Amino acid sequence: MSDAVVEISGLRKVYPGKHPVTAVDGIDLRVNAGAIYGLLGPNGAGKTTTISIATTRAVPTSGSVRIDGIDVVAHPALARRSIGVVPQYNTLDRSCTVAENIQFHCLYFGMSRAEARERTNTLLEQFRLSDRAASYPQTLSGGLAQRLQIARAIAHRPKVLFLDEPSAGLDPQSRIAMWEAVQQLRAEGITIVLTTHYMEEADELCDRLAIIDHGKILIEGSPAELRAGIGGDKIYELRMSDAANTAQLESRLRETNGVTSVEPISGGLRVLAKAQDGLLAHVVTIANEFGLRDITTTEPNLETVFIRLTGRDLRE
Amino acid sequence: MNQVDGNRRDIRFDIYSRAFGGLMLRDLRVLSREIAPFLIRVAMNPLLFLFVFTYVMPHMNGGAKMSPMAGVAAGGDGFGTVLLPGLMAVAIMFSGIAAVALPLAQEFGITREIDDRVMCPLPIAAVAAEKIIFSALQSILAAALVFPLAFYIPSSPVHVHVASWWFLGAVIVLASLLAGALGLTIGTSVQPKQIGLIFGVVVVPITFLGCVYYPWAALNHLRWLQFGVLINPIVYMSEGLRAALTPSLGHMPELYILFGLIGFLTLLTWQGMRGFRNRVLS
Repeated sequence: MSDAVVEISGLRKVYPGKHPVTAVDGIDLRVNAGAIYGLLGPNGAGKTTTISIATTRAVPTSGSVRIDGIDVVAHPALARRSIGVVPQYNTLDRSCTVAENIQFHCLYFGMSRAEARERTNTLLEQFRLSDRAASYPQTLSGGLAQRLQIARAIAHRPKVLFLDEPSAGLDPQSRIAMWEAVQQLRAEGITIVLTTHYMEEADELCDRLAIIDHGKILIEGSPAELRAGIGGDKIYELRMSDAANTAQLESRLRETNGVTSVEPISGGLRVLAKAQDGLLAHVVTIANEFGLRDITTTEPNLETVFIRLTGRDLRE
Repeated sequence: MNQVDGNRRDIRFDIYSRAFGGLMLRDLRVLSREIAPFLIRVAMNPLLFLFVFTYVMPHMNGGAKMSPMAGVAAGGDGFGTVLLPGLMAVAIMFSGIAAVALPLAQEFGITREIDDRVMCPLPIAAVAAEKIIFSALQSILAAALVFPLAFYIPSSPVHVHVASWWFLGAVIVLASLLAGALGLTIGTSVQPKQIGLIFGVVVVPITFLGCVYYPWAALNHLRWLQFGVLINPIVYMSEGLRAALTPSLGHMPELYILFGLIGFLTLLTWQGMRGFRNRVLS
């Protein structure tokens, strides 16, 4: 018996039609209780579909998802008691006030009226929405609406909170406030699964990550493990004046002590290297002979991990 | 492991019924806030209809001949007697559309605000059923509102005779549920931006061809039409109320009425729930 609270195995989702689209193509995933787990990938990678299936809003073609031990496909209504969802779009009930949005949510999940009122007041306080309790959702700013959506989603004390692109459309300040709220929820013992295509968000928030592309998990691990897996402490990107003639430079660099790998990129080469005194100067000296135009140095981050895995930029 | 064993039926029933009750309370709160627009929406059409056709026209010079009363009144009953069940049926039908189809079109459209209710611990079919049932309650309220209007406004007496309260109750409940199911079917099968067209394409034709302004039996000289309108669920609503409230005018046999109401209720509930599921789940 493990303490995995989300267990996804062999998950596939094919949207039928003239040109069938495989949105999720064999995903296996385990999220341990109390973790913040991130699904990182570009738009259209299958993150939202995976979350939709896990939260009973889409039916998988094959495979299974268990949330807190309950099969979401076989028992969707019961599984929803363990699930909190904040979708990408604002789904607040516009016919009800801010307080009623939370209060009715509590009633849907079986609380008595008194309990629901108490829980609503606590959450309004916790999410600093008390002064807007009687307002209607249409009048809230994006950041406030997001906070209300999170407050409502956890009102029934779910085991897992799913956040789909939680920072989409938020200003930087609201985004940081949202990160704090998420960390506080984890401290309260709620497991969090979120999707994002912002690597800083994944890096900052998540204990573990799965990088997803074309419906498949490319790599899985903690942000530090993923960065370490890239095989270098420094990345040098060399832009050459004559990009066509880099083969010789490539082999020269490969032989250089401290360089772990060299790969061609458009307009030049990418060099992964160990952190070593004098190595940068040495690389520049060699590259100069071949017409070095520009050099940039970075440290590996999740973005470079993604680029290394897919050859594409995350935002493409 | 979760405490809830999926097979414990009594626990499940408790969870579901609380969620269902929560949805009803939410709808009740929203309706109570919009009670004035609700009353205006329900009363305006029958009020003006009755005022013009059963009060103003009979008082006009030669108006009596212009009025549809002239023809129907040959049987001894006024046009008001024809209109009473008809306008109640329209109010019931229209409440179903206004309570289910119009909000659903909005909720499935840009706002997706149905999501939180779909995510409550209740099977999706039961969420749809709650829509039908809550709409039926509004329809019953609407019918109760229209009755006094249709009884007191006409200048000639309206002949109401209830032979069986059971039959009347059954017709009102079935017609109201049917209206909700019709609203669900329309709301889930029409694209949100086309919802405005629904009035022209669906509501107006089924009203005018729904034996609202004339009894079905009076169509006996237009046999093709008399059979043609049988595919219109409104016919069974207005004929049902006619049989229950104003039987003196002549009406469709009670058994056919019940058969039509139950048949269309089953069909539209099935279709509406299927549409709801398809719109909610991907």
